[in-house]
Amino acid sequence: MDFELDSEQTALREAVRDLLNDAYASTEARRAVQADDPGFGEKTWLQLAEMGVLGLPFAEDVGGMEAGPVEVGLVAEELGRVIAPEPFVEAVVLAGGLVDAVGTADQRTALLGGLSDGSTLLGFAHTEPGSRWSPSAESVRAERRGDGWALTGVKTPVVAGARADVLVVSARTDAGTELFLVTGEDADRASFRTTDGGRAATVTFEGTAARVLGEAGVDRTDAIAQAVARAQIAACREAVGAMERALWLTVDYLKTRKQFGVTLSTFQALKFRAADMYVQLELARSTALWATLLLDAGGDALDAASRASVQVAEAARHIGQEAVQLHGGIAMTAEYSAGHYLARLLVLTHALGDRTHHLSRLASNLEGHRWVDPLAYGSATA
Amino acid sequence: MRLRLSEDDAAFREEMREFFTTQVPSEIRESFAQGREHSKDDIVAAQRILNAAGIAVPAWPAEWGGRDWSPLRRHIWLEEMRFANVPPPLSFNASMIGPVIAAFGSQELKERFLPATANLDIWWSQGFSEPDAGSDLASLRTTAVRDGDEYVVNGQKTWTTLGQHGDWIFTLVRTDPQAPKRQMGISLLLVDMTSPGVTVRPIELIDGSFEVNEVWFDQVRVPVENLVGEEGQGWTYAKFLLGNERVGVAPVASIKRALADAKRIAATGGPGGSSLLDDPLVAARIAELENRLLALELTALRVVANSDEGKPHPASSVLKLNGTETQQAVTELLVDLAGPAALALGDGDGAQGLPHWAAHASPRYLNMRKASIYGGSNEIQRTIIAGTILGL
Ligand SMILES: Cc1cc2nc3c(=O)[nH]c(=O)nc-3n(C[C@H](O)[C@H](O)[C@H](O)COP(=O)(O)OP(=O)(O)OC[C@H]3O[C@@H](n4cnc5c(N)ncnc54)[C@H](O)[C@@H]3O)c2cc1C
Repeated sequence: MDFELDSEQTALREAVRDLLNDAYASTEARRAVQADDPGFGEKTWLQLAEMGVLGLPFAEDVGGMEAGPVEVGLVAEELGRVIAPEPFVEAVVLAGGLVDAVGTADQRTALLGGLSDGSTLLGFAHTEPGSRWSPSAESVRAERRGDGWALTGVKTPVVAGARADVLVVSARTDAGTELFLVTGEDADRASFRTTDGGRAATVTFEGTAARVLGEAGVDRTDAIAQAVARAQIAACREAVGAMERALWLTVDYLKTRKQFGVTLSTFQALKFRAADMYVQLELARSTALWATLLLDAGGDALDAASRASVQVAEAARHIGQEAVQLHGGIAMTAEYSAGHYLARLLVLTHALGDRTHHLSRLASNLEGHRWVDPLAYGSATA
Repeated sequence: MRLRLSEDDAAFREEMREFFTTQVPSEIRESFAQGREHSKDDIVAAQRILNAAGIAVPAWPAEWGGRDWSPLRRHIWLEEMRFANVPPPLSFNASMIGPVIAAFGSQELKERFLPATANLDIWWSQGFSEPDAGSDLASLRTTAVRDGDEYVVNGQKTWTTLGQHGDWIFTLVRTDPQAPKRQMGISLLLVDMTSPGVTVRPIELIDGSFEVNEVWFDQVRVPVENLVGEEGQGWTYAKFLLGNERVGVAPVASIKRALADAKRIAATGGPGGSSLLDDPLVAARIAELENRLLALELTALRVVANSDEGKPHPASSVLKLNGTETQQAVTELLVDLAGPAALALGDGDGAQGLPHWAAHASPRYLNMRKASIYGGSNEIQRTIIAGTILGL
């Protein structure tokens, strides 16, 4: 058992950290990037591609780096630290992960190669108005049209949906839920600003031309659930990075801000609240790291994702809110970053299932195990 | 990064599991499994079995019976023991005074005390706290005045856990009231509890139990060779003693057993044997606790898997705080599952008609409030985290 990075992984982390520290050296720099569409840094995205980061989880023969969840997780944590707006989890882990898991050899080569070198941005269009983290498609339908397919219905919110070159879309067919590829420009896309300053789109399909991803006639509900779980675990790591920075931002502020003639750090009530933030952070970090390692060991991704999400979402609320409260009024301003951390944490812990959603899953499966053994190889609950 | 135990560590885990479940008599283990506290005889018997096998005091120096185990192995050893309901070696002996004597005692003290301490031939008590010296331990007032080859000890200790069984007590005394800093006037003295002038008086706790005591010293004469290390260095030794063990700070396996029991009980604990788990609020609470415990266990594993000896892993500081809160939360769950039976303080007298677990839920709940008070209260733990980790 080992929870530390090896030297190659440490080198990767340092390289990503340097790149992101340059790109987002200040809150103003990040806000400037987010002010214009597509809401993230195209240049930064290409630099990540050059570093191999966008192809991390994919096989070398499709242009990837053949790394695993550990590398993906450490990149996510670095992105979280500076709350970088690049859609790494959505494009690489989620949409890319689905193409990798379900796509034909040709589709994988074409799309994952482009994703890895930064030339093709993938988006995952799955959530529908009113849906709550279901792994299946409900209202968007696909029908055969000639050699291909036509999609009808609405997906929203689709993260980076207006910028995506290719959308991976879930839709109902006679087989259940299947996955389709749509050229971004072919869909009607209305972009909007998200809570964290990024962009999402409402994507409307009106008989829009689509190609099936992988073999036709196969229900992909499980594949979607698996990919979402893997993305959720990466998002948990991103949240851990963000929480760590939010804590230290707050601690530094307590040490410098003076009221009543002394620094805030002299007040025990505030010290204790900072200590509680630290406890939450470390518990969340432990669980998110474990979920990453469980993926690496081929364990039950769904269970690990729910367990990590419950812990991380609780910590994210606590740390995000306390970071704002302990800063006082300054944190309410758009110019200051504490509030941005809160907003980003909100998005990270909602996009793929919130705490209640995951806790319900765990609560409905209590009798499947006597206790949780984190070392049980292959399954969290053997 | 790797989740799996190495093959050697996995084999070690098996070896420990096998030992605890086959070499410690099942009567000892079952009595605890059924919710009774370990008796003195059980604790002594178990520690002697472990000691005979050379695994009672693995954290001690090798020449006194220690094993050169990694922190991870010590964690596995302790967790497997707790999981098998084996009473762990008495902490006053194995984790507190033993390592201090081994590190700071004279050769004579080591020979005289360490083998007997490892074998629990001597039952040690911890005499640190006083009525006016709790969290602020350095304000202690019990005095030891040198008189020829002896110290004369006067004062009062309190909260002495299981002092009723104590043969010897290691105690912090003030040897130099004039010291420039109050910490510098403190020494660590070993006192035979059968000495004339020592009085032990039990304190009844809120659950009706008698596990702590007041200990009075009235003109007690203690030979100077019973001083540990140097006079005036007691505070240093006490800090070593209290900060010594980072392994096993959070009793994860015990909490896990208790929570698994609670879940099993809940599955048939409703009216007419129905399942309380059908209530979504109960189910959510148990799911939440299982997850909190998982986070705690993983944090404990992170600490032991990547701990440089000597340098504490920063995350170790959360274990006492969160461990006690989680432990207490499980006793809260049980008291709530018990429903109206929570009015019973045990299943004696007329309460015999109630299920054993339900009648014992309240006393256990009340008793476990102690966990966040002793061993450095949770407020003191927050102070430590804020100070040493966050620099506040
Ligand atoms: C069941 C039990 C068994 C024990 N066994 C032993 C034993 O065997 N040997 C032994 O020597 N001692 C033992 N103790 C004593 C234990 O170590 C003390 O109770 C502990 O140090 C707290 O001291 P106190 O009870 O005097 O509380 P106090 O120190 O008076 O504290 C009262 C409250 O104030 C808080 N507080 C104190 N100082 C601060 C501060 N600076 N900032 C913020 N909050 C603060 C505390 O956290 C607590 O909530 C035992 C205690 C119990 C309850």
